[in-house]
Amino acid sequence: MPIAHIMAAGMGGMRTAGDLVAWMQMARRMKLPEAKRYVAEKLGVSVPQLTDEDVMFPLREKLGIGVVTAEAGGPKGIVAKARIARLLGIEITSVNLFKQRMEA
Amino acid sequence: MGEGIFTRMGDGERIELGADELRQELLDGTRDAAEKGRIPELSGSELEQLFEIIAEPGRIVSVPPGHELIVTDDGIAENFRASEADGGAGISMDRLSCFLAYERGIAADTACTGHEDFSIKPVKAIIDYEMQTYYTGSLSTTIPFFYGAQPNLGLYYQPDGPYPNFAELMPLGKIDEARKAQEDAAEALKDDMIFVGKKLYEMGCEGFNFDTAASSGDADFYATLEAVRELKKSCPDMALIVGMASEFVLGMHGKMRFDDQQLAGMFPHQQVKIVEAAGADIFGPAVNVNTSRTMPWNLSKATTFVKHTVEQAKIPVHPNVGMGVCGIPMMVETPIDCVTRTAKALAMIGMADGL
Repeated sequence: MPIAHIMAAGMGGMRTAGDLVAWMQMARRMKLPEAKRYVAEKLGVSVPQLTDEDVMFPLREKLGIGVVTAEAGGPKGIVAKARIARLLGIEITSVNLFKQRMEA
Repeated sequence: MGEGIFTRMGDGERIELGADELRQELLDGTRDAAEKGRIPELSGSELEQLFEIIAEPGRIVSVPPGHELIVTDDGIAENFRASEADGGAGISMDRLSCFLAYERGIAADTACTGHEDFSIKPVKAIIDYEMQTYYTGSLSTTIPFFYGAQPNLGLYYQPDGPYPNFAELMPLGKIDEARKAQEDAAEALKDDMIFVGKKLYEMGCEGFNFDTAASSGDADFYATLEAVRELKKSCPDMALIVGMASEFVLGMHGKMRFDDQQLAGMFPHQQVKIVEAAGADIFGPAVNVNTSRTMPWNLSKATTFVKHTVEQAKIPVHPNVGMGVCGIPMMVETPIDCVTRTAKALAMIGMADGL
């Protein structure tokens, strides 16, 4: 059932910019239109391009924020999340914990 | 099948409706929501848009480009390995593999983990295990990673818990005792929610989903709101979702108040304001499905409630769209035609921020 919701109406997660828009809802309580506009501005793309794989895949690769395919050695997980936090100007708790432990 | 429009009942049974019958179902559904919640009905053009979504000939439907929304969930990634009760597939996969398959195989916007029982109380006993699981998952996932649990106040009453069972006391006329039991149980639940939330925050928890809140009525909702307020102070960077159990907060206690407002009897557009005031970041309304009515009737009712709730909300609204809520038929294997039509209607007409 959730897969059907994702396919029918979801933003596409790491395939596009779904995770980035979700971060803004979580971190700043932004409603959907505002969160999309914010992310689009940070990425330098238009709002409709946020769900365009042809735009988002190469852009995510270039920014090093994780893509959905298994590119060898490509940043994913906490490394990608750290870059996402910096790109969007937000605090991500897991990233902050990781940094604390690296610096301890 | 004949010449009618293919749809279903609220229990999933296939039916056909003529165009006039379908329009009448949609009108009756929105009127039911408007009457119950004392909120505006859907407009004529919105009802016609809903008609077109239901009547689309394809088995599955989807939103046009640009109208996509965010999908959050209640531990669905683990449904690869979970049991039938949760709609799980029972595949032999470890938890981390589930999260990553959901993130990269399904391309979900967010993922969520939780205890197999998905209630707060049993998490306490294995908190170290859950902390380790969350920590490992958060290092590996790129998408936002939630921990989720239901408040589930029912587990705190005898015979499952230490407090007298209010449902046994009330038929005996022991109303004061029943209320006292709920108040005591709510305090214990609140403490457990705060304990679990803080422990996971120590592990870098990015978000916590309090799912199916108020399932045991107003005392359950009270404990959730109190816990959210405290957690927002002590764990400010952990996003909090409050998802509801039903469209109407049951007054099992009847006098529970939060910020001087009575909780019993609140509908989604009122629930969102109190959840917002408590400090939550995302609200998940649940609108009950009547299995004796048609899916279009139920979806029209749900869309009416969701649309008004979104209009009232200052925080993102992600309607709960699992089995038996917000238009989805009440069955374990939910039909894909209904699931996708619900998603499209709540995105396009309900103007939801997510699901």
